[in-house]
Amino acid sequence: MAGRRLKSAFGVVVAATCSGIAASTLLIIFGYVVVQGISAINLPFLLEVPRPVGVTGGGVANGIVGSLLIVGIAGILATPVGVLTGIFLALFGRGALAEGIRFLADVLAGVPSIAIGLFAYTLFVAPFRHFSGLSASVAFAILMLPIIIRTAEEAIRSVPSTVREGALALGMSVYSATVKVILPAARPAIVTGLLLAIARVTGETAPLLFTAFGSQFWELNPNNPMAELALQVFTYAISPYDDWHRQAWAGALVLISVVFLINFFARFALRTRFS
Amino acid sequence: MQPVEPPDAIASLDANLVVDNLSALYGKRLALEGVNLAFPSKAITALIGPSGCGKTTLLRCLNRIHETANLGTVSGRVLLDGQDIYAPEVNPVAVRRRVGMVFQRANPFPTMTIRENVVSGLRFAVGVRSPQHLNEAAERVLRLAFLWDEVKDKLNRPGVSISGGQQQRLCIARALASDPDVLLMDEATSALDPIATAQIEELMVSLAGRYTIVAVTHNMQQAARVSEYTALLLAAEDRVGRLVEFGDTQQMFTKPKDRRTEDYITGRFG
Repeated sequence: MAGRRLKSAFGVVVAATCSGIAASTLLIIFGYVVVQGISAINLPFLLEVPRPVGVTGGGVANGIVGSLLIVGIAGILATPVGVLTGIFLALFGRGALAEGIRFLADVLAGVPSIAIGLFAYTLFVAPFRHFSGLSASVAFAILMLPIIIRTAEEAIRSVPSTVREGALALGMSVYSATVKVILPAARPAIVTGLLLAIARVTGETAPLLFTAFGSQFWELNPNNPMAELALQVFTYAISPYDDWHRQAWAGALVLISVVFLINFFARFALRTRFS
Repeated sequence: MQPVEPPDAIASLDANLVVDNLSALYGKRLALEGVNLAFPSKAITALIGPSGCGKTTLLRCLNRIHETANLGTVSGRVLLDGQDIYAPEVNPVAVRRRVGMVFQRANPFPTMTIRENVVSGLRFAVGVRSPQHLNEAAERVLRLAFLWDEVKDKLNRPGVSISGGQQQRLCIARALASDPDVLLMDEATSALDPIATAQIEELMVSLAGRYTIVAVTHNMQQAARVSEYTALLLAAEDRVGRLVEFGDTQQMFTKPKDRRTEDYITGRFG
C-alpha cells in the first residue's frame, strides 16, 4: 500500500519536473532574448533601413517588410494547393492515390529546409541568374504545404459525419454539402493550420540563404533579392560588429514576438463562430 | 415498369413508398435481404427489431443515403410514387429532396443560426434565393414542428444553442422545409429525455396526415403509441436482417401472426 503510493508520488514528481523543464525552456529563451534585445528596440530600429557598416543606428524595416512579403506570397501559393489537397484526402481519401499523397506529405514535412532552399535555388534562381524574394516564397510554400495539408485533412475529418449526412439527406450535392456545411464547420481549424504553417516558416533562415539572399535597401519587388528579418538576424549575428550584434538580438526579439503572436491568434481562431 | 405486388395485408392500402425485394450490403457483407414492404401514404409506419436487425439500414436505403458511406450498395427496387429511385437515370440528390430524414442525434449545422439551419436545404439544395420566401418558409415549418413560439425571438442565435429536444425539432423543421413526400426518422428520440420525447411523438402524430413517415425505433411502447403500422425485422444466425411481419400496429401487438413477432414483442428474445 505504502509502496504503491510512493511510486505514484514519484511518478507525479518526475512528470511535473519534466513539464517544468519543457515550459521553462521557452520562457528562458524568451527572457534571454528580451534582456539582450530590448535595449536596441526603438522606433528607428523598426522604421529605418540598415546603415553602412561602421555607422551606428539604422534598423530592419526592410527586413520586416520583406518577411511580410515573402511569407505572404508563400501563403498565397501554398494555401489553395494545401487546403484542396486536405479536402481531397479527408472526403475521398481512400485507396492507393490518397495513401501515396499522405506518405509524400509526411516525407516532405521531414525534408531539411536547407534542401528545399537548394531546390528553389535550382529551379527559380539559377535559371534567372539572380536571387529573388519570389524564389524564397516558393521554398517557404513547399515548407508550409505538408502542415496545411495535414491540418486541413484533420480539420475536415473532425466535422462529425452526422453533419455531413445531414447535409446530404437534405438533398445537397456533395459539392454544396462540402462548401456550405462541412468547410464552414472546419474553417477555424483550417485557419489555425495556416497560421501554424506561417509561424513555422517565419522562423526559417536556411532556405533564404540562396533564395532571398538579403538586401541592405528597401526592396518591394519580389523579383529582386530581398531583405528578410530572420536572414538579417543571421547576417548580423555572425558579423564582428557590436552594434550589429545588438541589432541581431533586437531582430530575434521581434521574430519571437511575431511567432508568439501568430500562435496566440491560432489559438484564438480555433474558437468557432458559435462556441 | 412492372407492377409490384404489395404484401396482402395491405393490398388495399394506398402506398406511395414501396420496397421491392430490397437487399443491402456493406462491402461484401449482406446486412438486409429480400425485403418487400409497402409504406402506407400519410401514415406512420414503425420499423422495430433488436440491434443489428437491419432496420436502420432499411431506412437509409429509402433516401439513398446508405450508398454514401462504408461501401454501401443496394439491390432491388424502392418505388416512390411508382418511380424506382434506384433507376439509373435517377439522381440520388433529387430523391433526397423528396425524402427527408431525421437522425438519431440532432445534427444542426454548427456554424448556422436557427433560421439558417431551417432554410439550409431550401437555399443549398433547392436553390431558393429570395429572403422573403426563405423567411416565410422558416416560419411555416417551425410552426409545423411546434418550435416557432420557442425560437421566434432568437432566430439569429446558433442552431446548437437550444436544448436537445428543440434541436431535434429544428432538424425536423429543416427536413420539412423543402416539402418532402416522405419523412424518415432514425430513432429520433433515443437521445432525448421523456418530456422532449413526448413532444416529438406528439409532433409525429400531427405530421402523419401530411407526410408518409417511416420511424425506426427500438422502443416498442413508442411504436405502439404513435404508429398506425409496424414492420418487424429480425436478424437470423447469419446476421442478415429480414422482414418478419408487417401489419396494423394494434393487430401486430395484440394478435401477431408470426411466432417470432410474438416472442419479440413479449420480450422472449431480442
